[in-house]
Amino acid sequence: MQTLFDALSLGSLYALGALGIALIFGVMRLVNFAHGDVISFSIFALLWPSTDAVAIVFAGELPWFVLIPFVLAMGAGLSVLSEIIVFRRFRRANPATMMIASFALGFVIRYFLLMLFSSRPKSISLLPALSQPVEILGARIPLLQVITIIATIAILFALTAFLKRTRFGLEMRAAAENFTMARMLGVRANRVIMGAFALSGALAAAIGLILAAQTGTVDIQMGASVMLMAFIATVIGGLGSLPGAVLAGFLLGAASVVMQTVLPIDARPFRDAFVYGAVIMVLIFRPQGLIAARGTKERV
Amino acid sequence: MSLLALSNLTIRYGRLTAVRNVTFTLTEGEILFITGPNGAGKSSLLRAIAGVTPPAGGRIDFAGQDITGRAPEDIARLGVSMVPEGREVFGSLSIEENLLVGTGMHAATRNWRSRAATELEAIYDTFPILKDRRHSQAGLLSGGQQQMLVIGRALMTNPRLIAIDEPSLGLAPNITDQVYERLIALRAHRALTLLIVEQSSTRAQLVGGRMILMRGGEVLLDGDARVMGQSAAMQAAYFGYGEH
Repeated sequence: MQTLFDALSLGSLYALGALGIALIFGVMRLVNFAHGDVISFSIFALLWPSTDAVAIVFAGELPWFVLIPFVLAMGAGLSVLSEIIVFRRFRRANPATMMIASFALGFVIRYFLLMLFSSRPKSISLLPALSQPVEILGARIPLLQVITIIATIAILFALTAFLKRTRFGLEMRAAAENFTMARMLGVRANRVIMGAFALSGALAAAIGLILAAQTGTVDIQMGASVMLMAFIATVIGGLGSLPGAVLAGFLLGAASVVMQTVLPIDARPFRDAFVYGAVIMVLIFRPQGLIAARGTKERV
Repeated sequence: MSLLALSNLTIRYGRLTAVRNVTFTLTEGEILFITGPNGAGKSSLLRAIAGVTPPAGGRIDFAGQDITGRAPEDIARLGVSMVPEGREVFGSLSIEENLLVGTGMHAATRNWRSRAATELEAIYDTFPILKDRRHSQAGLLSGGQQQMLVIGRALMTNPRLIAIDEPSLGLAPNITDQVYERLIALRAHRALTLLIVEQSSTRAQLVGGRMILMRGGEVLLDGDARVMGQSAAMQAAYFGYGEH
């Protein structure tokens, strides 16, 4: 039972991260490696600049219903800003150039945080009420884990409804599949891309919130490990495919947690090697990803 | 009144010149076929009009506005609707969603939702097969049905000019007949201006109207399709004999 919840909550993080990467890849064929730094930034936006070990949370007294939207807005804002300032200029560049630009942007964000906050991890207590355990079917599960899973499922439903039921969602799906054709039908390229960046940034901020609440520490590198796994999830899910990204995110989370429990003690430090081995196997047998996206299909 | 005017339009891909100094005007309500062998620059011309390939030289005017180098979405919003080569349906979207993508450009106008719904019904009346399958994925349609879908999708934006690249490509002759039948009927019904690219000139001679013959990026002939059909110059353009 504990393993199941661990797997689901870790998988939730990867799925949210993968979704944020896939959304942007879908509309502009950009693998945004700055995504992990957006995760860190949105949490650090809550803190006063300082190099102390204990974070000075200026927004910490905020009730949750202000705190959460604030963090989400920070992520979305930074993400949209990076589109306007950086990626818009690379719109016609080839994907490799855009990818390198995203690395550069990631470094800029990370060193900006380093300058203001130093590289020491800081302890932070966000939403402390959530670390209480709850009893579910005889297992004691931290409330936060339950909320993480419920929130992820809620986000997935909300995003699906947004994409399927709204005008903007329709335009976004059309643009993800064939950007030029969508523009020839009057879909405004800049609006759709900015929308994708805003959603992706808000998803990054959600990950930041969950991570900070879960671990009780913040660290300017905190986004990097999630980002790596999330990126792998988007690749094995089929680049640009949103359901694929979510599915692969959950699978990766499950694989990590399951291997942690079933591997012999001596092999556990090498858990990630086994996970990546599994990833390689998936890619050998399904190089197009679990659920191939239409827009990226090879044209005959 | 001239709806579309191209003057000295030149399009280059790197060092390759695809279209050289092309000039012509298209009058409102006219039907114009652009024909010519492979590589004549027909599709490039359409892509430039749609704003997808910015021209290297010359200018394009639509409805009295200079649209040279404008973004595709702006040109679409002025009333140019494109049916590109290869049809380009949104395969993962449903048929109805495909039809609705282009209606967002009128979102600022009053009653646009109800007008889009009326328009949708009109398209379904013209192409009943689309109505029967409105909720299935567009990628699952046959070639002929997809062709009807993309023509319907282009019409949904309520355009003044509709430009179609090779509507007969990959279709059985009787399906092509149907597609043209609908196009001609729609044109009469809505006062549409049609710009149709076809590799072969037989369809133009059948339907009638004006025809421009291109070869090697230049306009060779411009005139009435039926008259041109008899000319020796046209044979020469396709097969490369005669005075060339």
